[in-house]
Amino acid sequence: MRSPIPLAVEVAAARAAGGLSRLARTGGGTTLPGKLLWKLDPGAIDRLAARLPLGSALVSATNGKTTTAALAASILESRVRLAHNRSGANLVSGVASTLLDAPRGTELGLFEVDEGALPEVALRVRPRAVCLGNLFRDQLDRYGELELVAERWREAVRRLPAETRLVVNGDDPQVGDLARDRPGALVFGLDDPRHAQPELQHAADSKYCVACGTAYVYSAAYVGHLGDYQCPRCGHARPALDVRAREIELHGLERTSFSLVTPEGSRQVELGLPGLYNVYNALAASALAVALGASLDEVVRGLERASAAFGRFERIALDGRTLLMLLIKNPAGANEVVRTLVAGAPPRLAVVALNDATADGKDVSWIWDVDFEPLLAGLERVVVSGDRAAELALRFRYAGFDLGRIELVPDLERGLDRGLELTPGGGELVVLPTYTAMLALRKIVAGRGYVRPYWEERAA
Amino acid sequence: MRIRVGHLYPDYLNIYADRGNIAVLDRRAAWRGHELVVDAVGMGDALRADAYDLIYVGGGQDREQMMVARDLAGKADSLLAAHGDGVAFLAVCGGYQLLGRGYRGFHGEDMPGVGLFPLETVAGDRRMIGDVLLECELDPGDRRTLAGFENHAGRTRLDPGASALGRVVAGFGNDGESGFEGCRLGRAIGTYLHGPLLPRNAWLADWVLAQALAHARGNEDAEPLERLDDTLEADAHAVSAARARARGGRF
Repeated sequence: MRSPIPLAVEVAAARAAGGLSRLARTGGGTTLPGKLLWKLDPGAIDRLAARLPLGSALVSATNGKTTTAALAASILESRVRLAHNRSGANLVSGVASTLLDAPRGTELGLFEVDEGALPEVALRVRPRAVCLGNLFRDQLDRYGELELVAERWREAVRRLPAETRLVVNGDDPQVGDLARDRPGALVFGLDDPRHAQPELQHAADSKYCVACGTAYVYSAAYVGHLGDYQCPRCGHARPALDVRAREIELHGLERTSFSLVTPEGSRQVELGLPGLYNVYNALAASALAVALGASLDEVVRGLERASAAFGRFERIALDGRTLLMLLIKNPAGANEVVRTLVAGAPPRLAVVALNDATADGKDVSWIWDVDFEPLLAGLERVVVSGDRAAELALRFRYAGFDLGRIELVPDLERGLDRGLELTPGGGELVVLPTYTAMLALRKIVAGRGYVRPYWEERAA
Repeated sequence: MRIRVGHLYPDYLNIYADRGNIAVLDRRAAWRGHELVVDAVGMGDALRADAYDLIYVGGGQDREQMMVARDLAGKADSLLAAHGDGVAFLAVCGGYQLLGRGYRGFHGEDMPGVGLFPLETVAGDRRMIGDVLLECELDPGDRRTLAGFENHAGRTRLDPGASALGRVVAGFGNDGESGFEGCRLGRAIGTYLHGPLLPRNAWLADWVLAQALAHARGNEDAEPLERLDDTLEADAHAVSAARARARGGRF
């Protein structure tokens, strides 16, 4: 259906709204123009996307979509001009805003997309490639059940144009299975059982066969339910991997290296990001870039050049101390943060901040499914902060952590300052916030002149 | 005293922090000098429910519920007999539904129930998701509030004369319209309030423990447990209750 208002007029009105939002200091102005455009004419997004000469690529996953998209951008932008929603505004409105902001000459859209928004975005944008990373329990207060999200993804994949290239993580049973009836799909996964967990983590979700419901047998479980699985009853197993990581080396909190094996050959990758979960992100980005025609040399250069995506892993110098901020948002992601922290130099002090706004998940029960115990084993003291600080305190108390070593400071700024006060000069303070707590903490730190707000970084 | 807990299907029904509820029971028992011994009872395992003082059943998604429903229904005789002998029960969300007479899922699939609680559940179109606050009176004259979170498609209808766990102050409750939540039958409690139900509602944890202890001791009546410093628990309860008042779900 054609809107009576010309596209150019809608675009101008929506862009002006973005400027107003920034002027009013209500936020980054990253989604308001898109929301407005969507209201004015939902079909405008389709037409804006259709203007891109090289089309669009979508990245979705419960965990790692921002980092994956940032890595893919780093690979692709050496050759093509990208429209990329790097601020993480990943609903339909965020994609629309990015399309609106795209300067003349933009060739390819690269969009991180919220799991729930994937069907609608895919339908409108008609992507050239879709990269699907993993499905973990996350924000079930928004999505209802993980299974419902999986069902919507299956439907979205069925409705993709035949020429759309599908890239999936074969290590996730639900996600890997999406490639089954999709010729030309590219499957990635880990191939280094030395890094397998001794057993499936508590938060493992999709551990029953997608075909017959029997518990999978894992020859290697890497992260949550991601791994090399096989059903002992019907034989449903991890699909053959097209893009693999072998000989993985984890270097604490600093970096990882691995051998990237693809149909086009193999390369050694030195990645400036820690943890096995970032190897998954790098593999996802590599497979997507290969599917879009990048060369292996471009892939390796792009990966090595990339820095951590916004806020996922960053160090900030503050008051003669270093702030190490790591986002926690769901059990699988938080488990990896804990695993990576503990494998490096286990901290003796941490500030953990739990909010329960919509973007964090209103339901805070997920903190009980996180394996915080290995972290607690090394901690002398923990400062709990955020709107639901008391829930965190209880989580740690009932894990056996002594009440006298838990400091309850709900106010985020005071919680941060208490953490800094307990950190010796020159030392490092580990802060583990949920999403809105992280944004608030960054704002506090930025207010003291240490980091720039993300919408300025985005423009930089 | 040793308190024996049969935790049914922890591999399948664990979607929301069910292990948190077990951890709370374990610590609060230990702080009073009791020992909680938890057995995982899985698919196909023989159940001697009378070997336990407390049966715990957690929550799962429809898919996991489907997987366990038949197996659980096969354990019905043992469970009903145990309840008759004074074994305590705590069932959350999916476990609550399956201890009723049955659950018709979102896709019309019929799952058999145990038939302990006098109720039936049918999935509706709209999920009921949000913070909840209840007012309960499990022992006459002892009025308490329960604060939690619910996320269910099932509409649960209690039989006439059945006792609810509590009256809904804010949130949906059993079906979004009756104004009641959960079910209480003697020493058995069923509820949609999932996740860290017990940490922020320490009084209920103690009530359940007291019932289990009464069974362990062979007593007719449960005795109140010695009090603990529950300042943090009260804090968490207050925030959760305020959330429910401010943003509890309603149709």
